[in-house]
Amino acid sequence: MSAAIRIQQVSKCFGSTKALDKVDLEVEPGEFFGLLGPNGAGKTTLISALAGLVRADSGSLSVMGHDVQSDYRAARRHLGVVPQELVFDPFFTVRESLKIQSGYFGIGDNDRWIDEILENLGLTSKANANMRMLSGGMKRRVLVAQALVHRPPVIVLDEPTAGVDVELRQTLWAFIRRLNEAGHTIVLTTHYLEEAESLCGRIAMLQSGRIVALDTTARLLRRFSTHTLRLRSRDEMPADLVRGAAQSGGWWSMPFDAFDEVEPLLARIRAAGCRIDDLEIGKPDLEEVFIRVMQGQAEASVN
Amino acid sequence: MGHGFSTLLYKEVLRFWKVGSQTVAAPVLTSLLYLLIFSHVLEAHVKVHGVSYTAFLVPGLVMMSVLQNAFANSSSSLIQSKVTGNIVFVLLPPISYLEFFLAYVLASVVRGLVVGAGVLLATFWFAPLTFVEPVWILVFALMGGTILGSLGVIAGIWAEKFDQLAAFQNFLIMPLTFLSGVFYSINSLPPFWQQVSHWNPVFYMIDGFRHGFFGVSDASPWLSLSVVGGCLVLLTLFTLNLLKRGYKLRA
Ligand SMILES: Nc1ncnc2c1ncn2[C@@H]1O[C@H](COP(=O)(O)OP(=O)(O)OP(=O)(O)O)[C@@H](O)[C@H]1O
Ligand SMILES: [Mg+2]
Repeated sequence: MSAAIRIQQVSKCFGSTKALDKVDLEVEPGEFFGLLGPNGAGKTTLISALAGLVRADSGSLSVMGHDVQSDYRAARRHLGVVPQELVFDPFFTVRESLKIQSGYFGIGDNDRWIDEILENLGLTSKANANMRMLSGGMKRRVLVAQALVHRPPVIVLDEPTAGVDVELRQTLWAFIRRLNEAGHTIVLTTHYLEEAESLCGRIAMLQSGRIVALDTTARLLRRFSTHTLRLRSRDEMPADLVRGAAQSGGWWSMPFDAFDEVEPLLARIRAAGCRIDDLEIGKPDLEEVFIRVMQGQAEASVN
Repeated sequence: MGHGFSTLLYKEVLRFWKVGSQTVAAPVLTSLLYLLIFSHVLEAHVKVHGVSYTAFLVPGLVMMSVLQNAFANSSSSLIQSKVTGNIVFVLLPPISYLEFFLAYVLASVVRGLVVGAGVLLATFWFAPLTFVEPVWILVFALMGGTILGSLGVIAGIWAEKFDQLAAFQNFLIMPLTFLSGVFYSINSLPPFWQQVSHWNPVFYMIDGFRHGFFGVSDASPWLSLSVVGGCLVLLTLFTLNLLKRGYKLRA
């Protein structure tokens, strides 16, 4: 079976800016994949190249085995893209927009699926409203709906939750999860790392057009991030404990790898006569991973 | 041609139809004003090709409306889509560059013909018109609409801002249409300006179109047909090549 997305040695320059630098990436069918990176890393450019909105200078891209240049019709039929920019056509209502978008993909009668999408995105009551009348979040929902009209097996969402309220985030992710469970491949970019952490099975991190980390979310968390014991105490900490710890705002953070290290740690603190005012255990998180990967890269490029 | 093409054509027609007061009624009114003013001033003094000035003017105004509105339709639709960013809705689906071209140009022709028919209806009452060789009327209206629709596609793709499009319109399209013999027969011009007019393809569109009404014209309709046909082929090939390369649409 061919990969849902295959990107091989893709480079793209805008003038002197190297937006993509020999990117290699493969996403398997059914994956929930995260594409992360700071502003300007090249995420949108990569998605645009996949969608045929931008032509790569070199390398090749395919969707479900269809090359995006030589076999663009099939590639585009298999791909649904939610663009990052909040765009809409002010001449039409929500339903008209969706019907027209279906038609572009060669689908004449699509009313049942359109109703289902509207329902799932909480848009049913706005179906006949003009696009201009919708709030920003509502427009964002329509943008998601437009990407789904042709039931694409591969769905790419470029920051779908930017500027969106909690309720929509939850409905949106519930819907996208269901689509993923039904077999759709999902690729997502976001700056909300908790979102990526809870949704994505695998993650690629992009910086200055290059992939700087690519692994399962679980392994990334294990590799770059540890659990931390965080505690607050007015008393002096034992010197040997302080060495591995960091202090900020009255809190001590002590990294540990396995939970059976916690008890001996606490025992030593008690033995030193320190009273603990407050205590919590921090789980590894993607934010830390992200920061460390990005810093590691920055240091590597300085050396 | 697939469903993608017909949907894009439908969407483009619907787009101008929804704002018909601007895209259809307003240009009809403008032409009507031209007719009232020019015929008021000149009707008593001028006869062209043996017909009254007003009768002479009507086909010119009709064709000018066809041309200007065909250009306006594709160019304004494209620039609006580019500036607002919703052009992606057309670029993401599996629509070929040929389908893209045909849909935008055909919608432009439709708008041109609708406005042209509107002008004809509105001005019909002011002068007795004849339709001596109606095939020419149709042929030149269709070819002229297609040419200006293509030019509109080029301008809409090339321009990045509204003022660039306005420049294209004001410095190219307007002079070409106004100096094409809409308001006068070029035989009444000094020899130098007659020569210049013969280099203006729009002159042949108007002249050939007018021939269909009166059976007489400044140039032979066959000459006009070859000039306009040649322009049509060249411009179509040029536009298709731009679209195929993804010029300014697919960076
Ligand atoms: N059309 C363009 N013309 C010139 N430069 C561009 C163009 N599109 C992107 N760039 C540049 O390419 C680089 C990558 O941009 P891109 O939009 O892909 O980043 P991104 O990872 O999506 O960032 P963000 O998180 O802010 O959306 C940036 O330096 C950007 O300025
Ligand atoms: Mg982006």
